Amino acid sequence: MAISPLPVPAQLIVPLAQHIGSPATPVVAAGDTVRMGQRIGEPSGFVSVPIHSPVSGTISGIEKRPGPLGSPITCVIIDNDDNDTPETLPPIPDPKAASAADIRSRIRDCGIAGLGGATFPTHIKLSPPANKPIDTVILNGAECEPCLTADHRMLLEHAAEIVSGLQIFLRVTGARCGIIGIEENKPDAIRLFEERCNKTDIRIVPLQVKYPQGGEKQLISAVLRRTVPSGGLPMDVGVVVQNVGTALAVHHAVVCGKPLYERVVTVTGSAVPNPGNFLVRIGTPVHLLLAHCGANGTDIRKLIIGGPMMGFAQYTDDIPVVRGTSGVLAVGAEESALCTTLPCIRCGRCVAVCPMRLVPSEIGVCCDRRLFDHSGTRDALDCMECGCCAFACPSRIPLVQKIRLVKSEVLAARRKERR
Amino acid sequence: MEQSLTVSSSPHITGRETSSRIMWTVFGALTPAAAASVYLFGVMALNVIVGTILLCVWFEVLANLALRRPLATVTDGSAALTGLLLALTLPPGLSLWFCAVGAFVAIVMTKAVFGGLGQNPFNPAITARVFLLIAFPEPLTRWPVPLQTEETLYGQPVAIQMELDAITAATPLGLISDLGAGTVNALASVADIYIGRMNGSLGETSGILLLLGGVFLLLRRIISWHIPVSFLAGMSLVAGITHLLNPAEYVGIPFHLFTGGALLGAFFMATDYVTSPMFPRGKLLFGLGCGLLTMIIRLWGGYPEGVSFAILLMNAVVPIIDTHTRPAPFGKSVTSPKGGADA
Repeated sequence: MAISPLPVPAQLIVPLAQHIGSPATPVVAAGDTVRMGQRIGEPSGFVSVPIHSPVSGTISGIEKRPGPLGSPITCVIIDNDDNDTPETLPPIPDPKAASAADIRSRIRDCGIAGLGGATFPTHIKLSPPANKPIDTVILNGAECEPCLTADHRMLLEHAAEIVSGLQIFLRVTGARCGIIGIEENKPDAIRLFEERCNKTDIRIVPLQVKYPQGGEKQLISAVLRRTVPSGGLPMDVGVVVQNVGTALAVHHAVVCGKPLYERVVTVTGSAVPNPGNFLVRIGTPVHLLLAHCGANGTDIRKLIIGGPMMGFAQYTDDIPVVRGTSGVLAVGAEESALCTTLPCIRCGRCVAVCPMRLVPSEIGVCCDRRLFDHSGTRDALDCMECGCCAFACPSRIPLVQKIRLVKSEVLAARRKERR
Repeated sequence: MEQSLTVSSSPHITGRETSSRIMWTVFGALTPAAAASVYLFGVMALNVIVGTILLCVWFEVLANLALRRPLATVTDGSAALTGLLLALTLPPGLSLWFCAVGAFVAIVMTKAVFGGLGQNPFNPAITARVFLLIAFPEPLTRWPVPLQTEETLYGQPVAIQMELDAITAATPLGLISDLGAGTVNALASVADIYIGRMNGSLGETSGILLLLGGVFLLLRRIISWHIPVSFLAGMSLVAGITHLLNPAEYVGIPFHLFTGGALLGAFFMATDYVTSPMFPRGKLLFGLGCGLLTMIIRLWGGYPEGVSFAILLMNAVVPIIDTHTRPAPFGKSVTSPKGGADA
């Protein structure tokens, strides 16, 4: 399903918190006119990025609205004037000639955060401390979540820009080795990139189709055979991993001077008659996406932002598309039925499938018995919540939910200890 | 949006396997062997099998009602499976009163009082079998010969899951004369059996059907190869060495593997999820321990039956095995000490 632009709605709801770190602070007020790409929120703190207006128009107000993570968030409401009057930053046509610091601030100024879903501010990922040199940049084209195809289409339709993005990353980090990892279920993309990167230093690595191949620790292990230490980051083994969508956005930011105000979203699911990949402005309400794809509100029993393995179920469709929205899944009654849970039968499947080699059933039992200080929870913080354990569990135990609870309790206990 | 949306934790899709399907699949894998025993022993066998299964389910219902636990266990197959496994360790023709005692021990004493499904430290079927053997030795070692004594499938009288106590069994001589005819799958030679310690000869049909059932479970990924292979390897190690050192005294490996509860134990009892280790290295240790202990008890212990005791003894050390065979988490060279000092 090729990427098609989604019609821009009359009103956009743009949250100020679309990334890991502190939310942006608004620099506009009700009544202000804005242009497409203009800053409407300033970064507040080191781990923060600015927010930009996805359309030109008038600010209607700043208020709390339902957010994709369940709690209400502060949003800038913008009325679209349909002119799309742009405001861009000066392009940097030859990134190799620019300084790494300039490129980094450009990436920050355009609000780029990880578009694979984690939304970590990209400029920070590209600024490791001096004692952690980077020798490899890996582009994550795995897209291991079933049903999502946005990255696949981006690979096919914007190959040149993605390669350009990778080269920008290499320039900024000083890394010598650039790799693009693509799962083997996308042979067309692999072939395309192999042809394109034939004479260059960029290596294309086909990846085994295995969830969660796109998890960065798993990706680094598969591609480079390096193991990121527990509690550590890829920079600890000299690597930076970026999603291919992020690479695309970085190309536009640096070479074209275009801030991040739209992204590709996969809309699919059993309750969606016309699924597809769409270029969507940030702030577009999800119900408009669903309507555009012919999804009838009454058929939808479960609405998931993200993919089926790690996505967030929503209680309303009145939420906006944000920078981290890679997919919208709407499913019917059959797929959203809740299963009865049986006791753990110690079958060991969760242990066998866990990519972080944890013992999910044990953490689940500690949760049930409220033993948050127990030795069984010692590795719980390593859990990446990929969902493999709960998927495999024959007793249908909600393991991820239990592990999340344990994680939050363990972290709360640690914070208390530090005081 | 008018109607309500379901909000639940990720993941939003699940695999196809359910605990209930697993248990009924294991049950199904045992039915060929059970059917063979009914063919060989007739109504006696049918009574024991059906009776024990129903009694186990009955006690499970009672226990869950009494302890206010959900009644799903009738349909989830766990009690029925315990019943079938227990039945296959009992002699055909055993009075249903003893079967009822066995069912009570298995379901109520070994499982329900410990917390029900998933909580029992010991294998319920094995515990019940051992209890019955020790409490009622005579009825539990009365081995009727199968219906077709003259023309069994492979030329000798067959009995299922039995280890013959030399004193109470059908006469060794009778068996030996039958065994003289060509035997399938390399039973030990006549001389060995005559002189050596007399283990019961397992129905070859059932042995093969148990093996097929076990392989089916392996292919279906219900059990992993670790326990059956290490169990049988442990047995083969002792059997092989003793047979090599003194072939006149000790029978060979195939005989040991196909007699008694070895195949049933290795593929169906020791592999019980709840009472066996969770990690691959632990499973290998567990299976090996079971195999070695089985042989030690068979050759030098007081009982001809080694498998049941071996499995129970190893069940007892499963928690220790699990503690020491945990895999190290990704990115940690060893599991961190309690409290998790890592960032």
